[in-house]
Amino acid sequence: MRGLAILCAIVVGGILLWGATDFPAWGRLDSPASVNLSDQYIEHAFEKTHVPNLVSAILADYRNYDTMFETTVVFTACTAIFLILRLPLGPLARRRNTVHVQAARQGLPRDPILEMACRVLFPPTHLFGLYVLTHGHYSPGGGFQAGVILGASFILLAIGFDLRAILARLPEGLFVPMTALGVILYIGTGVLCLILGGNFLDYEALRVLAPGISKEMIRSHGILIVESGVTLTVGSVIFAIYANLVSRGNQMEGL
Amino acid sequence: MSFFESHFIYGFFVALLMIGLYGAIAKVNLVKKLIGLSIFQTAIILFYVSIGKKDGGDIPILAFDHGHSGHMLTPVAEHYINPVPHVLMLTAIVVGVATVGVALAVIQRIYAEYGTVEEDLILEKIANS
Repeated sequence: MRGLAILCAIVVGGILLWGATDFPAWGRLDSPASVNLSDQYIEHAFEKTHVPNLVSAILADYRNYDTMFETTVVFTACTAIFLILRLPLGPLARRRNTVHVQAARQGLPRDPILEMACRVLFPPTHLFGLYVLTHGHYSPGGGFQAGVILGASFILLAIGFDLRAILARLPEGLFVPMTALGVILYIGTGVLCLILGGNFLDYEALRVLAPGISKEMIRSHGILIVESGVTLTVGSVIFAIYANLVSRGNQMEGL
Repeated sequence: MSFFESHFIYGFFVALLMIGLYGAIAKVNLVKKLIGLSIFQTAIILFYVSIGKKDGGDIPILAFDHGHSGHMLTPVAEHYINPVPHVLMLTAIVVGVATVGVALAVIQRIYAEYGTVEEDLILEKIANS
């Protein structure tokens, strides 16, 4: 098995290296990936959206269908984890799992230093996540990164204290609907544009709601709205994945 | 610039991809298989991001003039690296995290049903039942 795997890896690697010799030199200005479309984006994205961060502009405006469905994929993955972990177990496995839960209910030892460190770290982490979201138009950042940072801040608390202490403040009934709320916010923006007479996710249609804003700035605001939706979904999905994986789906014990 | 100098970077991605492929095939432990798949995915993500590189290019965030009322400099395509691979990989990374989560959930279910994550032992148990 091991020999076969080495052989397989070497054959694949050899083919790829052979193919890489035909690649353009790394960093060449005239490499095929950087000639047509990318120049258009770099030179005209700002005048159409007023977003200096081209990654945000392309992510949430030019390619917003792609981002919408990626968000839906993240939401679907979260739903799949719930379904997989909460299906009823077979009789043998059920007995083993009950023993496991009883052992974990004894409670974990608490560490005041660790708890204090997490307590101090949590607000700046949370604030930084919100900064990354709202400043994503002007600096590196955006919905996905902000969501991951927000999710990580909750995971930090869950590790520092224990999972039940966090779930008492952030119950499952709160963060699980949030995974869907983000997707609804994203798609709802698209549908709203449709109702107001534009194309799906064409933010210019939103000008009816905010007269006096230029059509470039309304695109910029539209990007912020859908990025907020992405943040909601990604942040709560990251935490939901963690909470389910460490507690085998029942959210009773865990790290 | 010699051919090696301009192309050696692709060798790193291929090496990383080979490590991931070997792990995904050779390892018997399902969690280690998953780690192999993640390394495989990382190799492809790094490769995509590297495509956006331009010699002398800056990050794809447009620069402003210094000063209080700093106005926008006219963007020149040669001054900024290609943003499209970054956009594609940004979403791919987060979706990758979510799919790894699904895979771990499946592995947990397998462990709950069979009491092990070693592939050969699982196959033995299936054959015996």
